[in-house]
Amino acid sequence: MAEEDGVRRRDFINIAAVSAAGVAGVGVVIPLVSQMSASADVLAASSTEVDISAIQPGQAIKAVFRKQPVFVRNLTPKEIEEANAVDVASLRDPQTLAERTKEGKENWLITMGVCTHLGCVPLGAGEGENRGEFGGYFCPCHGSAYDTAARIRKGPAPKNLEVPAYEFTTDTVVKIG
Amino acid sequence: MSFPWAKEYTPSHPFMKWMDEKLPVPRLIYNAVGSGYEVPRNLNYFWNFGFLAGLCLVIQIVTGIVMAMHYASNTAVAFDTIEMTVRDVNWGWLFRYAHANGASAFFVVIYIHIFRGFYYGSYKAPREMVWLLGVVIFLLMMATAFMGYVLPWGQMSFWGAKVITGLFGAIPFVGEPLQQWLLGGFAPDNAALNRFFSLHYLLPFVILGVVILHIWALHIPGSSNPTGVEIKSESDTVPFYPYYVAKDGWAIGVFAILFAAAVFFFPNALGHPDNYIPANPMSTPAHIVPEWYFWPFYAILRAFTQDFFFIPAKLMGVLAMFGAILVWFFLPWLDKSPVRSGSYRPTYKKFFWFGLIPAMAVLFYCGGAPAAEPYVMFSQIAALYYFAHFLIILPIVSAIEKPLPLPYSITEAVLGKDEEAELAPTA
Repeated sequence: MAEEDGVRRRDFINIAAVSAAGVAGVGVVIPLVSQMSASADVLAASSTEVDISAIQPGQAIKAVFRKQPVFVRNLTPKEIEEANAVDVASLRDPQTLAERTKEGKENWLITMGVCTHLGCVPLGAGEGENRGEFGGYFCPCHGSAYDTAARIRKGPAPKNLEVPAYEFTTDTVVKIG
Repeated sequence: MSFPWAKEYTPSHPFMKWMDEKLPVPRLIYNAVGSGYEVPRNLNYFWNFGFLAGLCLVIQIVTGIVMAMHYASNTAVAFDTIEMTVRDVNWGWLFRYAHANGASAFFVVIYIHIFRGFYYGSYKAPREMVWLLGVVIFLLMMATAFMGYVLPWGQMSFWGAKVITGLFGAIPFVGEPLQQWLLGGFAPDNAALNRFFSLHYLLPFVILGVVILHIWALHIPGSSNPTGVEIKSESDTVPFYPYYVAKDGWAIGVFAILFAAAVFFFPNALGHPDNYIPANPMSTPAHIVPEWYFWPFYAILRAFTQDFFFIPAKLMGVLAMFGAILVWFFLPWLDKSPVRSGSYRPTYKKFFWFGLIPAMAVLFYCGGAPAAEPYVMFSQIAALYYFAHFLIILPIVSAIEKPLPLPYSITEAVLGKDEEAELAPTA
């Protein structure tokens, strides 16, 4: 500490003390913030297996993935045709049906049952439910309508229904997550 | 403000003298809500609602502490503990319904209190800080009420939590991680319920703290009044005790009758039948609506159905909903009129009664209606007008309108003449 430069011992102590307190403060804030994130048990329950053997064409089921519904839908040839007939460039969230399904399994449309607007469960997976004017899913909360590829077509939702990571472990069992 | 003619606290009992030297709390009370606080003599009944809001906060804290004694914030039992409180706990039904309806009563009172501020220009200098703190209290109330509504873990609780936390998911880039952080998971579950309970217990005390600041800030310039003319002399004021203590006592009587009628005879009138169904993450109720006090803001949220240039409709709705309240923070500076009271502002008054109030009524109605036409279109028009009122109409009207002549003083407004006015030079 060179006194002649105008830097005093006390200035150094001052900066060191405040810096140490700042680092300690950050050290306290990190656990305080981090404890609110998803805990290990919540993260551990984040994959699920679904048996799809009983789903007939035109039918859908709701499975549970991360405590949220997943729609597994067996599309009819007509529904696939409808989805492919749409001009992709005209969509709000442009995606083809092929991009949203696995190769060779294009009739299996697997999406989260969570509206991308504010998270309601859209109707259309259950028997006899309103599928909206595009024949896919319809969210009753704020009127978002999805088509047969679960792409957003009308209403406030910004995105298509999310396709979770999944794979076919056999021809009749899907592992989601 | 302690006006020169305000009575000074002079303890006579030796204990009170001793206390005044060590910890002058009695002096503080005397000067804040006692004979030492001079208040304009011409306050109308709208000025009772600040006091009533304080009463509502006390009711909510007392009944809430009782509810917490019988509640468990675990998704497996939360719904049942509320039902058991109502059915099995001695007087549990009373506390539950007083707490649930107390929230509604609090919002009724606070909306009238805010209306008073709008009409009489209470937000203007020198009371800007009183107004800003009031808006903070209102935001805290909304957060507290929302989290409280989640605690019974019924269908509306669950889906309300999902939709409202979903609002944060609309924020670009950080939205989804932020939403998961707020919930402690991918969807509302035990982690979310527990933290909502913790915060629902904490926030009322934060509100209490801000209320103290609100009153402190108010007492520096002193209360406003219906003419908007500042206090000039002793004949303009009466001491808070006994005059306004008595008047507020009368207000408690009227409030208590209405509140008791709601709690005893219509305890579920403002609730939703769906919230008597335990939460089911797999099935959304056909018609999700928030509690009535959120309807105007919910209508604004839903009014945005088209992308706005590069901003997605969802984010736009969220921004507009928060913006609808945040614009209140700028009100003291958007309103440029030197005249406070709407009674002396003929043009502003017309826009207020025939513009802002109908627009808010439409938003209120549409917020509770299904998300379908024609309600969406009505919400869009009303939301547009709402923002136009604050951002365009108010700054222009307040700058160009010619206000009516103000009375010289509060005394003149009350008695028709003020002797001091006759002596004063003409302004």
